[in-house]
Amino acid sequence: MKKNLGRIYTALIFLFLYAPIIILIIFSFNNSKSRGNWDGFTIKWYVELFKNDEILKSLYYTLIIATTSSIISTIMGTFAAIGIYDMRGLPKKISLNLNYLPVLNPDIVTAISLMVLFRIVNLELGLITIILAHVTFCTPYVILSVLPKLKQMNKHLAEAALDLGATPFYSIRKVIIPQIMPGIITGALLAFTLSIDDFVITFFTAGKGVSNLSMTIYSMARRGINPVINALSTLMFLTLIILLIIIYKRSEKEEENIIEK
Amino acid sequence: MKLSKHGYFYLLWMAIFIAIPLLMVVYFAFTTGDSQNITSFTFSLDNFKRFFTPIYIEVLNKSIQLALVSTIICLLLGYPVAYIISKEKLKYRNVLILLFVIPMWMNFLLRTYAWLTLLGKNGIINYFITKLGFQPLDLLYNDFAVLLGMVYNFLPFMVLPIFSVLTKMDNSLIEASWDLGANKLKTFLKVTLPLSLPGVISGVTMVFIPAVSTFVISSLLGGNKTYLIGNLIEQQFRYTGDWHFGSAMSIILMIFILISMALTSRFDKAKEGEGGELW
Repeated sequence: MKKNLGRIYTALIFLFLYAPIIILIIFSFNNSKSRGNWDGFTIKWYVELFKNDEILKSLYYTLIIATTSSIISTIMGTFAAIGIYDMRGLPKKISLNLNYLPVLNPDIVTAISLMVLFRIVNLELGLITIILAHVTFCTPYVILSVLPKLKQMNKHLAEAALDLGATPFYSIRKVIIPQIMPGIITGALLAFTLSIDDFVITFFTAGKGVSNLSMTIYSMARRGINPVINALSTLMFLTLIILLIIIYKRSEKEEENIIEK
Repeated sequence: MKLSKHGYFYLLWMAIFIAIPLLMVVYFAFTTGDSQNITSFTFSLDNFKRFFTPIYIEVLNKSIQLALVSTIICLLLGYPVAYIISKEKLKYRNVLILLFVIPMWMNFLLRTYAWLTLLGKNGIINYFITKLGFQPLDLLYNDFAVLLGMVYNFLPFMVLPIFSVLTKMDNSLIEASWDLGANKLKTFLKVTLPLSLPGVISGVTMVFIPAVSTFVISSLLGGNKTYLIGNLIEQQFRYTGDWHFGSAMSIILMIFILISMALTSRFDKAKEGEGGELW
């Protein structure tokens, strides 16, 4: 009885979380343009999606921004984490605290401070400023995912590699990086997700002509959202779900293999 | 091996893109003049004086109230879910917790926008209400809608850290408490709850900070009626162009958050020295 009550409660919470998503997916097949009423099934929005330049362009920018900034912040963050891990005393304290600022500061404060910086040094707002801003707010998350793995790592292995004649860079590449790989992957995924979903930081650091999906959606929200966006998000969502199922199945198989062995 | 040198490039990066921009915001907050012309700046406290007048204080109050209420609702809704899921079998547990992460992969503006379809005057919820013979409710463009938007968007941030702490908890402590004669409720109150406090605290901060500073949720779901401090800051930087006043408000928001974090972290002694774990 008690267990069932808990299950019902959990189900209700999930209903709350997924209701808007289900609505979105259903309305991507709605014949009527308004979001109020249902007017029969259609797939015309999916066809129109591939003709809509505004939306395709912002999808293109979103992916460019997310890919570039997650790659840069993963590389920079990994090396920074290795560095910070080895620092002592004041430099370590300063680094850790500065690194925490973009995580703890409200997005809007990070966003306006970067906007002020770019405008003061007269950097034209556009793709470059967006990527710089995204790298700045994604890297801390990479570092925070990598640092715990560094703490768990066996420090003597890297030293042993050096004693056996490896160059420092070689020992980082062949000994340290493999040990902290799970943290790096988590960090990279986190950075990619944060960047692809970001609105506030992009909103303040973007100039004319460059707009990611979030910005396009925000500007559309006032004049009514084009159902094409619903179609696009349904496709993106389904892609992610399928990817997830594949990963899940694979890890399940691997587990079975381990057990069999 | 000297590894620390790998951190210096990032230290420089942080100086340029984190420290200097924030110092500029502080500088703008304490000066007035033409935002586009640095030479015209003069030191002044006018921006702060202007903020501490009833109109703006009321906005700050409202932002804090809505953020507090939504944080409390998230905690009350989220703790039981995290607890129930943490008691499930390992196999289901991971799938269930993943279900909290998946919605975050759909653009949050779009998910928030979808609530318009649910809450609107001719929306789906009102459709059922009128079908049952009641008057349609005003669900949209008010504080209720903004609160709902906050809870909806930030609930996973509460559930994930609490769940993570609950699953890492040493189960033998709970068994020991039972063996020593405590009943389930007492065990929960005296053992589970205190041990899960670090998770609760990171959950509370991760919900409260975005909630108090949001301007997107209030402008999408609140119409023009719900004005929050985030909206004021956005307006100063995007439209009015008064960077000085906007900066002063950002500083006030930051200081407020720092104070509330210092207060909550006093409950959290276990976390000291850990530093760096997100959830």
